[in-house]
Amino acid sequence: MSVISPAEPPKPETLVTRGTRVRIRRAGKGKPVLFLHGAGGWPAWLPFFERLSHHFAVTVPEHPGFGGSDDPHWLRDVPDLAMHYLDVLDGAFASPVHVIGHSLGGWIAAEAAARNTRRIASLTLLAPAGIRVKGVPPGDNFIWSPEEAIRNRYHDQSFADALLAAPPPDEAQLDLDLQNRVAAVKFGWEPRWFNPALEKWLHRIDVPTQVIWGVQDKILPSAYAALWGERIRGARITKVEACGHSPHIEQCDLVTAHVIDFLERAGA
Amino acid sequence: MKFTCFHLMPYRPLDLKAAAEHRSAWVVLPNSFYDPKKGAAEYDSYLDQLTYAEKLGFDVIGVNEHHQTAYGMMPAPNLIASALIQRTKTAKIAVLGRALPIVGNPINIAEEFAMLDVLSKGRLISGFVRGIGAEYHSTGVNPAFSHERFHEAHDLIIKAWTTTGPFEFEGNHFRNRYVNLWPRPYQTPHPPVWIPSMGSRETIEWASAPERKYPFLVTFSAEAAVVRYLNMYKETAQAMHGYAASGSQLGWAVPLYVADTDERAKKEAKAGIESLFNNFLPMPWEMLLPPGYTSNASLKATMKIRTALGSRARNQTVDELMGNGTAVIGSPRTVLEKIERVRGQTGLENLIVMPQFGVMPDEFAKRNMELFASEVIPKLR
Repeated sequence: MSVISPAEPPKPETLVTRGTRVRIRRAGKGKPVLFLHGAGGWPAWLPFFERLSHHFAVTVPEHPGFGGSDDPHWLRDVPDLAMHYLDVLDGAFASPVHVIGHSLGGWIAAEAAARNTRRIASLTLLAPAGIRVKGVPPGDNFIWSPEEAIRNRYHDQSFADALLAAPPPDEAQLDLDLQNRVAAVKFGWEPRWFNPALEKWLHRIDVPTQVIWGVQDKILPSAYAALWGERIRGARITKVEACGHSPHIEQCDLVTAHVIDFLERAGA
Repeated sequence: MKFTCFHLMPYRPLDLKAAAEHRSAWVVLPNSFYDPKKGAAEYDSYLDQLTYAEKLGFDVIGVNEHHQTAYGMMPAPNLIASALIQRTKTAKIAVLGRALPIVGNPINIAEEFAMLDVLSKGRLISGFVRGIGAEYHSTGVNPAFSHERFHEAHDLIIKAWTTTGPFEFEGNHFRNRYVNLWPRPYQTPHPPVWIPSMGSRETIEWASAPERKYPFLVTFSAEAAVVRYLNMYKETAQAMHGYAASGSQLGWAVPLYVADTDERAKKEAKAGIESLFNNFLPMPWEMLLPPGYTSNASLKATMKIRTALGSRARNQTVDELMGNGTAVIGSPRTVLEKIERVRGQTGLENLIVMPQFGVMPDEFAKRNMELFASEVIPKLR
C-alpha cells in the first residue's frame, strides 16, 4: 500500500512572505485550500491532495523551519508560525481560505484562527496538536525509534510496512529529514505538543470548524476530540474507525469525501 | 602532569539482567530498581574512595552530574562536593560539570559554586557542560535551544562572578533584574572552568578562545579520537586565536585500571568496564542525541564515529575497549606507556582518572588507586 499519489506531484515553487522563503506545491482550480502539514514535514504529494485538487485550488507549503523552506532567526515557537500564516493568508490569497491542518499543522491553524479568522473560510483539524487533556499524555514520539515512530503512526500496519520497506534515504533526503526532526523538536518538545495559552482562547474561532480523529490514534489519543468540540462552538467532530494518526492517509476515501462535503457547505 | 581522581558513582547493586529489559538505564529505568539502603552504602564507599585520593596524592577530586539514571547517582553534584570539602584539606574539588542549559535559573549555579569556593577557601574547580541528550528527556528542556541556553548561562555566571552587583542581565532565555551574588567566589577572578566534552569543533573553538582558555577534557573516547580532539584544540588555539595552548589546557578523562600484571588487570577490570559500556551507558540515539542537541553536521559525524555509543546491539568486550584505548588497563608499565604515548602525541598535562567504573567492587578500586598513585603518578610528574 502506498501513501504516495500515483499522479505526478506539482513542481515545487517558492513563496516569499516578508522575506521568508518557503517551498510550496499547488494544484487545482476553485476556492483556495491551504494544507498545513504535521511534524514529520512535507509528506509527499498525497492522494488526499490530488483528490481535493479536483475541486479546489490546493496549496501545500513546507513550514518555515522545515525541509526546503527558510529557517528564519525570528522563528521560535508555534505562535510565530501562526503569525507567519496570517501574513501568508493576507499576502498570497485573493479570498478567504479553507485551512486544513494535520497534527502540528492543526495546532498552527487553530493558533492562527484564534487570533484572526478574517481570511479563513473554514477550519479542518485532522488529529490536531495544541491542547492538553490532563492525564491523557500524547505518545512520546521523541523517544521512539524510527521504526516505532512509523508503526505508531498507523493502525493498518501495511502502511508502516510499506514505509519501512522503502530504500534508505539518500544524503540530500537525510539532511531534509534531520532538519524536519530538529523543527519538530523546536516546536513540540516543551510543553510537549501543546501551548498552555491556546485552549482558553479557542472560543474566538468563529468559522465553520470540523475535527477529524482516528479512533486508534497512538500519538494524540482520540479523547482529545471532545475537548476541541467543547471549546469551539458548533465544531463538527468525526471519529474514524480503523484509523491511526493520519486519517487523510489511512482512510483517504472516507476522509476526502467528508472534507469535500464540509468545505462545499462551508464555502457556499 | 596533574591528576584528578574522578567518579561517576554508578549504582552497582543494579539487577543488570532485569534492567536490560528496559530501553536504557537512563530516563525510563523504573526507580524501583533503586534501594535507598544500598544507595546509602554506595555513597559511603564512594566518598571514602574520593577522600582517600587526596591521601594518595591526587591533585584533584572530581564528581559529575547526571539525572535519572543508574549510571551515576549525583543529580546534585554540589552536595557531594560539599561533603568532600569537609573531608579533605588540600585537594582541589572539581565538579565536572554542572549542566547549564537544563536549569531554570543559572544564578543558582553561580551561587552554589561561589558557596563551595568560599567553603573550601578557593579549592573549587567548576565545570560547565550541556548535559547529555538523555537529560533533555528527563528535565523537559528543549534540546533545540541547548546551545543558546548554555552560552547565555555561561555569560551570566561569569558576569555574576566578576562584576560588582547589582546589575541587570537581559538574555533571551534568562532574565534577571537583580544579579548580586552573596557570597561571591573566593578565587580571583573566579574558580577555574573546565570543559568536559565528547568533542566537537564548535566547543573547541569556543573553549580555546583567548578570553577563556578553558581546559578541554575529552571524555570516554578511543585513543585516536582523544589525540585528534586535543590536537584540534592546540591547532585552533594557534591558527584561530594566535597563541600556543599549554598542556594544562589539555585533559583526558579515562577509565583506568592498574594491577601488578596485564593479565590480572584485565581479569579484574573486565566486569566493571563491560558493565559500564554495555549496561550503564547504552541508550538509543533518540535519547543520546535528540534533534537540535547538536548541529546536523555534528550529528551525522557522531553517528559515524561513535559506534561505541547509542547502540543496544553491540556487546563491547574488555579487549575491544583496551584495544582502541577507550579504557587504559594493565600493569603499571603498560599503563604508563599508554599515557606517555598520548602525552607524546598531544602534550596533555591534565589526566582525569576514573579508577572505579561499572560494578567494580571497592577492594579493586582501592588497590587500583594505590598502585596507580605509587607506581604510575611519580613517573609522570
